[in-house]
Amino acid sequence: MEFLSYFGGVFEPTAFLLLLGGTIGGLILGATPGLSPTMAVALLIPFTFHLSPTQGLILLGAAYTSTVAGGAVSAILLKIPGAPANIATALDGNAMAKNGEGARALHLSFLSSGIGGVIGVLLLIFLTPILAQWALAFGPSHLFWMAILGVTVIGSLDSKSFVKGLLSGCIGLWLSMIGFDDNLGAQRFIFSDALTGGINIIAALIGLFAIPQVLDMFAKGRSNSVIEAIEVPKQKFMDSLKEISRSGRSLSIGTVFGSIIGLIPGVGGQIAGLVAYDQAKKFSPEKEKFGTGHPEGLIAAESANNAMVGPSLVPLLTLSIPGSPTAAVLLGGLIIHGIFPGSDLFDNHPEVAWTFINSMLIGQILMVIFGIYTATWAARIARAPVPIMAAAVMVLALFGAYSVQQSMGDVYVMLSLGVGMFFLEKFGFSAAPLVLGLILGPIAESNFTTGSLIANAQNGPVEYFMTGTLNIFLIVLVLASVFYSFWSNMMHGKAAKSEGATS
Amino acid sequence: MTAFRLQHTISSGIVFLVAAIITYISFTQEPADAFLFPRMIAIFFISLAAWNFVRALTGVAKVGVGLDIVEFKNIVPGLAVMLIFMFFAAKVIGFFLSSTIAFMIIFTLYDPAPLNDGKAWMKRLIVTVCFMAVMYCLFALLLKVQTPSGILF
Repeated sequence: MEFLSYFGGVFEPTAFLLLLGGTIGGLILGATPGLSPTMAVALLIPFTFHLSPTQGLILLGAAYTSTVAGGAVSAILLKIPGAPANIATALDGNAMAKNGEGARALHLSFLSSGIGGVIGVLLLIFLTPILAQWALAFGPSHLFWMAILGVTVIGSLDSKSFVKGLLSGCIGLWLSMIGFDDNLGAQRFIFSDALTGGINIIAALIGLFAIPQVLDMFAKGRSNSVIEAIEVPKQKFMDSLKEISRSGRSLSIGTVFGSIIGLIPGVGGQIAGLVAYDQAKKFSPEKEKFGTGHPEGLIAAESANNAMVGPSLVPLLTLSIPGSPTAAVLLGGLIIHGIFPGSDLFDNHPEVAWTFINSMLIGQILMVIFGIYTATWAARIARAPVPIMAAAVMVLALFGAYSVQQSMGDVYVMLSLGVGMFFLEKFGFSAAPLVLGLILGPIAESNFTTGSLIANAQNGPVEYFMTGTLNIFLIVLVLASVFYSFWSNMMHGKAAKSEGATS
Repeated sequence: MTAFRLQHTISSGIVFLVAAIITYISFTQEPADAFLFPRMIAIFFISLAAWNFVRALTGVAKVGVGLDIVEFKNIVPGLAVMLIFMFFAAKVIGFFLSSTIAFMIIFTLYDPAPLNDGKAWMKRLIVTVCFMAVMYCLFALLLKVQTPSGILF
C-alpha cells in the first residue's frame, strides 16, 4: 500500500493544474479525428522538459488516458473514431446518437471508460511492484534480451506484415546507433553535422507520429467535406448512473478483456475494444440489437479501451517493454528525464512512480467529470477544418522539435524522419516498432557491451548470453513472438487466397 | 508489372539499398569494437531487407495501400512550404515570422474557400494571428525558447 503515501503529490497546485490541463486538452485532442493519442503525447513531451519528472509524467499520463476516452466523442457524434481504440465505440455509439440518445451514449461512454480505467490503474498499482522486484534479478544479458524482446514483440504483433514490422524495428535500432559513441570513442553513421549528437528521441517521436498525419491531411487536398455532428438532447446524469450500475455484464467483460489485452505488449486499445465488443455480443441475450444502438456494445468497448491503459504501462514501468505505441512514447518521456523503468524507478524514484500512477487514478475521475460536461463542446472543436488542423500540427511539431535543444538540426531530423515514415507507412511499415528500436537500441547495446565484458572474464559470450533459465526463457519468448507472427501472417494469406478463389 | 507492384518493388529496393549501405559501413569501419553491435543488427537488417525485396519482386508483398498520384500531387505544395521554411525562411527572416507565413500559406493552399473571397481571407488572417499568438505565449514567454530571429522576427 506504498502508493497511498504519495497521493499528496497529485494535489500539489502545479501537479493538479497539469493533470486538469492534460485531461481537458486530451479530451479535445482525442475528440479530433486524425490526431492520435500517440501523436498528442509526442507533441506534449517538449513541454515536460521544463517540468520536474513527476509533473511531466502527470501531464503525459493525463493526456494518454483522456485522448483514448475523448476519441469516443467523435466516434459517437461524428461516426469518426478519434483513435483506433474507439472503432468499436462507433458501432453502437453513433447509432444511439442517431436515435436521439447522443447524451445517453456520451454519459455511458465516459462512465464505462472511467470504471474500466480505474480498474486498469488498480491492476497497474498492484502488479508493478511485484514485477519490478522480479526485474531486480535481471543482469546485463537478461536486459539485453528484454530490449530485443520489446522490439520483436511490437515489430511482429503491431504490424500487418511481420517482415516489415521487424524491418521497422531494425531501422529504429540502426537510427539509435547514429552519432558519437562515448564509450568506445567512435563516430558512427554520421552523414551530416546535424547527426553528430545522435538522433534526439523527442524530435524523432514528433516527426514519426505527427508529420505523417500532417501529410495525410495534405493528401486530402482542398476537399470541401463538412462533417455533420448530431444534435445532443439533454439527459439526466443520474439516469445514466443508474443504467451503468445495471450493466455489470458488459462492464466486466470490457474491463477483464481490456486489462488482459493491455498486459500483452504491442496489442493495443483497438484490439481491446473490438474483442470486448465481440465477447459482449456473444454473451448478451440481445445479440440482434448490437450495431443498432445497443448500450451494451458501447459500454463493453469503452470500458475495454480505457481498462487497457493502466495494464499497458505494467511491462513498461517494470521491464521497459511498452504495451502500446503511446506507452513507447511515454518511455521516451521517462528516459529524457534520466529515469529508467524497473527496480530503479521504484527503489530510487518512488515519488515519481507512485505520484504518476496515483495521478492516473485521479485522472480517470476528472476525465469522467470533464468528459461528460465538455463532450458536445469538444465535438464542435473536433469539426475544425482540416487545413487549420494540418497547419496547426505542423507548426506545433516544428516548434516542439526546435525547443528540445534549441537546434535546427533537430527540426531537420524531425522532418526527414516524418516524411520518410509517411512513405514507409504507405508500404506497410509501422512507426511503433521503429520507435521501440530507437528507444530500446541504446539499452540493448549498453547491456550487450557490459555483458560482453563480463562474458570475456568468464566462459565466453555464448555461455553468458545463451544459457541460464531466464536467458533461455527470454530467447524462447523472442522466437515465439516472431514465429507466431509468421504463422498468423501465413494463415491470413491463405484465408485471403481462398476468399479470392471463392469470389 | 502493375503500378502497385512496381511501387512495392521500388520502396523495398530503397530499403534494401539502405540496409546494404549500413551493412557495408558496419563491416568496414574501425574500431571494430564500436561496430560490433551495429554489425549484429546489420546482419538481421540486410537479411530481412533482402527477403522483403524478393517478396516485392515476386508480387507476394501486398501490405500497404501504396501511393496515389492524386494524393501525391496534393502533398507536394504543403511539403514544399515545410522545406522552404526549414532550410531557408526560419534562419533568414526569423522563426516566428516564417512559421506565421507557413501557417497562412498552408491554410490557404488547402482551404476549399475560393481565393477571391474576402471573408475567407479575413478568417485565415484571424486564425493565423490567434494561433501564432498562442504559440508565442507558450514557447517564447512560458518556455523561454530562443528561436532564430533572422532579419525580422
